[in-house]
Amino acid sequence: MDASTLSTEATGGAPLLLSANGVTKTFNKVAALIDGRIELRPGTVNALCGGNGAGKSTFLNVLMGLYRRDSGVIEIKGKPVEFSTPAEALAGGVAIITQELSPFLDMTVAENLYLGREQRRGRLFVDDRRMIADAENLLTRLKFPLPPTARLRDLSVAQSQLVEIAKAISRQSQILIMDEPTSAIGERETQLLFDAIHTLTAQGIGIIYVSHRLTEIFEIADDYTVFRDGRHVASGAIADIDRLGLIRSIVGRDLLEHRRRPKADVTPEPALSVRDFSRRGKFEDITLTLNKGEILGLYGLLGSGRSEFVNALYGTEPRDSGEISLDGKPIELKTPADSIRVGIALVTEDRKQTGLSLTASVAHNITIANLPHYTRLGFLDETAEHKSVAEQIKRFSIKVASPEQPVQRLSGGNQQKVVLARCLDAGPRILICDEPTRGVDEGAKREIYAFLSAFAAEGNSVLMISSEIPEILGNSDRIIVFRRGRIAGELPGSEATQEALVHLAS
Amino acid sequence: MKAVEIERRGWGPAEIASRYGIIISFLALFLILSFLSNNFLTPINIVNVLRQVSINGVLAVGMTFVILTAGIDLSIGSILALAGAVAASLVTGADPLPATLAVIVGLLVGTACGVVNGGLIAYFRVPPFVATLGMLSVARGATLLFLGGRPVPNLSLEFRWLGQGAVLGVPVPVIIFAVVFVAAFVTLRYSVYGRRVYAVGGNPRSAKTSGINTQGIVFSVYALMGALAGLAGVMLTARTTSALPQAGVGYELDAIAAVVIGGTSLTGGIGRIAYTLVGVLIIGMISNGLDLMGVSSYYQQIIKGSIIVLAVLIDRSKDNGV
Repeated sequence: MDASTLSTEATGGAPLLLSANGVTKTFNKVAALIDGRIELRPGTVNALCGGNGAGKSTFLNVLMGLYRRDSGVIEIKGKPVEFSTPAEALAGGVAIITQELSPFLDMTVAENLYLGREQRRGRLFVDDRRMIADAENLLTRLKFPLPPTARLRDLSVAQSQLVEIAKAISRQSQILIMDEPTSAIGERETQLLFDAIHTLTAQGIGIIYVSHRLTEIFEIADDYTVFRDGRHVASGAIADIDRLGLIRSIVGRDLLEHRRRPKADVTPEPALSVRDFSRRGKFEDITLTLNKGEILGLYGLLGSGRSEFVNALYGTEPRDSGEISLDGKPIELKTPADSIRVGIALVTEDRKQTGLSLTASVAHNITIANLPHYTRLGFLDETAEHKSVAEQIKRFSIKVASPEQPVQRLSGGNQQKVVLARCLDAGPRILICDEPTRGVDEGAKREIYAFLSAFAAEGNSVLMISSEIPEILGNSDRIIVFRRGRIAGELPGSEATQEALVHLAS
Repeated sequence: MKAVEIERRGWGPAEIASRYGIIISFLALFLILSFLSNNFLTPINIVNVLRQVSINGVLAVGMTFVILTAGIDLSIGSILALAGAVAASLVTGADPLPATLAVIVGLLVGTACGVVNGGLIAYFRVPPFVATLGMLSVARGATLLFLGGRPVPNLSLEFRWLGQGAVLGVPVPVIIFAVVFVAAFVTLRYSVYGRRVYAVGGNPRSAKTSGINTQGIVFSVYALMGALAGLAGVMLTARTTSALPQAGVGYELDAIAAVVIGGTSLTGGIGRIAYTLVGVLIIGMISNGLDLMGVSSYYQQIIKGSIIVLAVLIDRSKDNGV
């Protein structure tokens, strides 16, 4: 049930630390935020939840002073505020701890804490001793177990986060926004973070905690706020809601019946199996089988280890242990060249960084993984290349003026098709796709789905990583869910639901 | 039916300039120099220019491979000197060894240095600038040690022919350069290896995903550069008829200049060896023209340096325009 917003009476009379109402923001006629609302009580943690595109980031950027809102009211301790720059937001007491920390690795904790505001001796010289003493005081007050003279490079990710938090506190911030703070840290360190959060809230600081991880939310948060489709849809006390209810708010009660893949005639004949794949810190004990003619979906949250696993399987990233069998027979695959040779192809997660050579032409990108096929008497046979490229362009409906066009100029959807064409050029039997339609328009998306389906229908296999629920539900024969580097569960495609997936993944 | 957005190549002045700018500059320079000096367009002078640019040409071919992988080699002048010195030592004095042997030894010395560079860069992840800067000093030091600080004179006639002889009126160095150039052209354009060099320079991570042995390719271009520097060392020594301890100092700059003027991007993956040839000729023509006009070599240095910077600026602005 949608809870209405909390009134001041319910909070026991203490003024709200932060309250926002009706915040809107539109970019180029696209409304990113339609009704941003939140109420943060002092000394509490308010979990801000919502899927991709729900408007959370836009809302936070407004709070942070990165964007100017189009309308709405934001009040801190009852007084309306208008932040035009992050510096103003900081001065106003709002600090954000982001996912991508960028500390100065070769400086000490103390130096990082006070960068730009160093204690000085005279006007020109830094007073190291005072700075270290101040750092010591602050860290003790916060109960953060960090030596002020340690170098950031020697600290763990969680400890670096604590430094960021301490920095924010030292600037007298009353409101801390933590954006996916646990996505990069392990379970033990999460406890460290939570202890720190308790210390902070005990001192009256309010925290907006953005996370997809429901288990953590139920452990650390006092209140919750849910955004969906750019607007606030629900909020209330965590004590008044359960996991399922929260999931329902996040994904929406009016579930569109998702397009499902028609039940394929899959006799379980293993094409590829892996056993006990592990890499410390990234994934552990991954054992799964991919059958012929099937599309296996891998679902999970950011940081769940799917990409690292798949890259380790293909050979672009290392693994600590694990065995691979192809068609039932054990096989050694160490490099991408090995994988390509045995018929495995990988469409990487980020085509611009790791999939394409942007400066090269469409044609060259398509043939690059299969060049020996086009040689005659030791030299490249350009006629054969052109013929093959023309076929691929037709097969994937890649929209180009000419195959010699630099691939850089193509739209996202067409670029992705070029990557697919390249993978398919060598005639693989197993295709691994990591987020196959990221940054791709609707039309190209559907074409890619149709292609994957046809590919599987020929007896080949597809291993598809996706974080988009409609995509994974609509295309998978089976879905395996990853959580924090391990397999959390497996569902047949026809029976899987949004809630089940989100539940397993969080 | 939905209209498809077709990218039409523009034909405005900016487009023409960026694609054919280098050829236009070359032709313009050619015309200007013919105008400014009566002696420029004579057959003797043209052959002269070609002979003078042969050594830098061979170096620039190797440098093209290196820069295509987004690398750089600062040590080629020193490698050249070392290879030339060792080769010369074999063909000096009363009982010289066959010139062919000297050439092979020169190539081997150069390749050995290139292998060290390539190994450090490809397998130990030393940045190319640092590794080759080190080699610049080491190879120069080795040269000085080897020569005892003194030149090697009295090279055999057979050996000297390599630098001073001619076949059907075409100087031997020019023939060597032509052979090297054609081989490189064919390799980069038509061979699997050449295509992979471009791929590694364009995006090493994508190249790896496509199954290319990225480290192997990087290693190979430095080894190749070393070999060509060795060849250039032999050519220079034969031409100047003695191996000098200070041979080749600063040659890397001319080679890099030729490659960059020719439009090969320092960030890798883009460039054509044909345009390196144009770059080599442009530099050669500028030196030659300024010589003919009697401009002091000190001024020539300033002018050459300015042209290199200008060429890179134009290269950068091309990237921004995309």
